[in-house]
Amino acid sequence: MSEITLAELMIVAASEVWRDNGEVLASGIGVIPRLGASLAKLTHSPELLMTDSEAYLVAEPVPIGPRANYLPKYEGYLPFDRVFDCVWGGQRHVMIGPTQIDRWGQTNLSVVGDYARPKSAILGVRGLPGNSLCHINSMIVPNHGPRVFVAGEVDMVSGVGYNPARFSAGMRTDTIDLRRIITDLCVLDFEGPDKWNGAAIRVRSLHPGVSFEQVQAATAFPLRQAPGLAETPMPTAAQLAIIARLDPHNLRAAQLKNNPPALRLASGIAA
Amino acid sequence: MALDKELTAAAAIAQLRSGMTLGIGGWGPRRKPMALVREILRSPLKDLTVVSYGGPDVGMLCAAGKIKKLVFAFVTMDAIPLEPYYRKARESGAIEIEEYDEGMFQWGLRAAGMGMSFLPIKVGLGTDVLAKNPRLKTVQSPYAEGEVYVAMPALRLDAALLHVNEADRLGNTLIRGADHFFDHLYARAADACYVSTEQLREQLTLSPETAQQNRFERYLVKAVVHAPCGAHPTYLGPDYGWDMEHLKRYNASAGEEGGWQKYRDEFVAVDEDSYLAKVGGAERIGRLKLPVF
Repeated sequence: MSEITLAELMIVAASEVWRDNGEVLASGIGVIPRLGASLAKLTHSPELLMTDSEAYLVAEPVPIGPRANYLPKYEGYLPFDRVFDCVWGGQRHVMIGPTQIDRWGQTNLSVVGDYARPKSAILGVRGLPGNSLCHINSMIVPNHGPRVFVAGEVDMVSGVGYNPARFSAGMRTDTIDLRRIITDLCVLDFEGPDKWNGAAIRVRSLHPGVSFEQVQAATAFPLRQAPGLAETPMPTAAQLAIIARLDPHNLRAAQLKNNPPALRLASGIAA
Repeated sequence: MALDKELTAAAAIAQLRSGMTLGIGGWGPRRKPMALVREILRSPLKDLTVVSYGGPDVGMLCAAGKIKKLVFAFVTMDAIPLEPYYRKARESGAIEIEEYDEGMFQWGLRAAGMGMSFLPIKVGLGTDVLAKNPRLKTVQSPYAEGEVYVAMPALRLDAALLHVNEADRLGNTLIRGADHFFDHLYARAADACYVSTEQLREQLTLSPETAQQNRFERYLVKAVVHAPCGAHPTYLGPDYGWDMEHLKRYNASAGEEGGWQKYRDEFVAVDEDSYLAKVGGAERIGRLKLPVF
């Protein structure tokens, strides 16, 4: 059996974000989040709703990539206009990979640099304003570093966070629900003691061989340590078997630079 | 039948004027009215305000300098996430922009179709979508709870351009793909809706089940253009997939000296029959595999 990869460890960590969410639409955007959501549905949270990533609800997660004989098990219909109904109704938990994240949990997918003359145009805000305001959100960061976790606010606030300066009287903020950030170094959460004071983000677990100091050094704002800060669990053989079945073309191997193993020496991963 | 709305692509685009606001249906690299877009690229039209869930339609119009202002939530080709010509235009400040959340965007189209000047929505609060756009205002609920919403302005269109699988001369249309996106809202938001179609019939005769693929009424349709393979190189489910080979070539052109000019000379400055021949013909396009997500 080949070595367990960091991508596989992150898939298992990602799957945990959907535990005990109830009957919500689990949307994992990108290979690691999608495999995480699929693993969640096939293990601890069968009540989750998922789509075929096009327009139909499926009773079991669809394997990623070209399919030989697999036929999706359709159970319903969810074209984009109904996805918005779902988003606005709050029955969804999405995991996406933003370009920038700040200490309030605000995210950016639009432009890096000046808004009028950006250094780099990415995609646009896409659905981040609605997602972040209306339902549960988690994030994936395959390259944990200070260019992603920025010092001040993100350059263009696309997704909202727990930033009181961005909201005025009469604007409801109680539906904002940021959960976790899965990175290649650690798992972060938003469970700091007062999440609206710009210090909500905590290191919840460290991947094997990673120190808190290393994570802090790769983050341009101060992080808290969760009490009893633990090591991110390694995937079990059963989880690995499910992941392999869901990703028959091994697309997960191309998600992180050089596809590192889950067990790394601390000296080998300086950010 | 007296009603015959068929026009050539050139005749349809000749009805447009520089400075107009155009909505373009589809989503990213999916079911884009590319034959009509190519006709705009060939035309002298300029200073357009383009309203689109953007894909290569927006990229090509940026490359050709047709866009004055872009109203959008994203521009992407999915498998090629970053649209190169949109990025050039955006980064150089060559285009004005009005950026919305994907949901706000359809809300604005909806408002236009309903004859409303705006519709309230929560989405956008707390973000730079509001902070960077002085046009956007909030509105307070007149009811007891007094909640504050974004007043999403109507996205009224001078014209909408859509591509469908099948239509008839009267303007009845069928969208057979798994998702009809928001084309019905573009049709309602526009003063004039131009629909290109893979297949053109004299008059559709449908089973009740097939009739459900009709997503908006024919009174919304001003003209119908017969354009086989008219969504190429984008994805038209279930007829053909996106042409990744072509999209890669288009994408690569943006990195070459004079790349757009070369792409334009080869694929735009020719008539649609020659275009289809150059990209392998209807037979090859019909064999393009549907994307697996």
